[in-house]
Amino acid sequence: MLLEAPFTEAKIRSLRVGDMVEVTGVIYTGRDAVHKYLHDGGKPPVDLKDSIIYHCGPVVVKEDGKWVVKAAGPTTSIREEPYQGPLMEQYGIRAVIGKGGMGAKTLQYCQKVGAVYLHAVGGAAQVLAERVVAVKGVHFAEKFGSPEAIWEFQVDRFPAVVTMDSHGQSLHAQVLAASSEKLKQLLG
Amino acid sequence: MDARVLQKNLLELIRRTSAELPSDVVRAVEAGARREESGSNAWYALEVIRDNILMAKEKSQPLCQDTGTIIVYVDLPKWCDEKTFRRACDKAVAEATKVGYLRQNSVDSITGHNTGDNLGPGSPSYHFHQGSGRSLSVRMMLKGGGCENTSTQYSLPDTRLGADRDLEGVRRCVLDGVLQAQGKGCGPGILGVCVGGDRGTGYIAAKETLFRELDDVNEDPRLAKLEKRIMKEANTLGIGPMGFGGATTLLGVKITHRNRVPASFFVSIAYMCWAFRRNGFVLSEGGRITRWLYAS
Repeated sequence: MLLEAPFTEAKIRSLRVGDMVEVTGVIYTGRDAVHKYLHDGGKPPVDLKDSIIYHCGPVVVKEDGKWVVKAAGPTTSIREEPYQGPLMEQYGIRAVIGKGGMGAKTLQYCQKVGAVYLHAVGGAAQVLAERVVAVKGVHFAEKFGSPEAIWEFQVDRFPAVVTMDSHGQSLHAQVLAASSEKLKQLLG
Repeated sequence: MDARVLQKNLLELIRRTSAELPSDVVRAVEAGARREESGSNAWYALEVIRDNILMAKEKSQPLCQDTGTIIVYVDLPKWCDEKTFRRACDKAVAEATKVGYLRQNSVDSITGHNTGDNLGPGSPSYHFHQGSGRSLSVRMMLKGGGCENTSTQYSLPDTRLGADRDLEGVRRCVLDGVLQAQGKGCGPGILGVCVGGDRGTGYIAAKETLFRELDDVNEDPRLAKLEKRIMKEANTLGIGPMGFGGATTLLGVKITHRNRVPASFFVSIAYMCWAFRRNGFVLSEGGRITRWLYAS
């Protein structure tokens, strides 16, 4: 299903674990340095109300004076677990895109503030770069280095799966529980 | 052979390894996609993966932005020494980084400084074997951090798993390793397993056994049987691609062994992601690539 900007609370709350979405609109990259900076009280350079944060350290190069995204797959999200929930609440972030899922704290905040976790396909750097149709800006490129900067990406039908929703459900927790049960049977 | 010719050939090996998946891996991904229910999350993930494989090859760009640890196995002939090879390969790696076949991926562990050219202590990770043949054989693997972080090692006996020092114990460890990894190593994964050795040689052998073709059969019938069983059982766990749930949790299991000291019994598991980048070639003394080791 299409998930188009603006990313309102009502739209986000309508999503359920297992929904396959295609995101269209502006998303902001942010990984370790950005999360730490915001958590320590730094001011965001963009308005994060109803925004989507993408855990991604892209490869972006300038060709003929224009930014071109060469690779833009997700990075492991769990490193942002201490910060993500409180930042969602403080700035009104509606979704994060990443890989590997996040923990109980983030899941609680998703429920509380009306946010979701969207799982992109890890390793699919080319397909995902192709869905970035324009680079609208970059912040903190000097301060944090290019992969850790905040890139404003205009994306068109960016594919992801809802694996944590705002109703307390986590596909990661479900798969872990079911596979643990199955392993118990196998090991007797 | 002229050092510049060697360097040029190695640059092409890096490009090919980073941008093109070997055909045995592509076939395994396609077989996985056929097994999954059409329209399911697992199927969706494998469709994206398939598109990505095609696109990377077409554009000659890194399949995954994490171009990983550069692991190089070299069988040296008499006419090429370690130092000459290392110098040419280091240059090829730095050039490949400059042109974007490789990401700047080598970080000083003490200062946090990125060297910017993928060179530094331990990178690339070279493994040399002196041979007596006439040709130079090079095998390369790019192993990303996501899957390396899910690799693991067990010391047997393991009470929690009821794993004793036998092949049944190995089976228990490996299946637990798959469970612990969930989707975090960018599955569907491929496992290289080493039974025995010390902690260091165990991990090295586990990685090296990943050079086997996915559809080959272990020449040790006991291990062949175990590989088949683990593969089948792991794919009933329902972890699936990316941990979304589904029938394709593993694409392959390869098991090897090393002798151990009586006091130790390690099971080392090298988890490889679906973006299983490995290739290699054989070079003649004249500098001609006589054979690629994997079709792509």
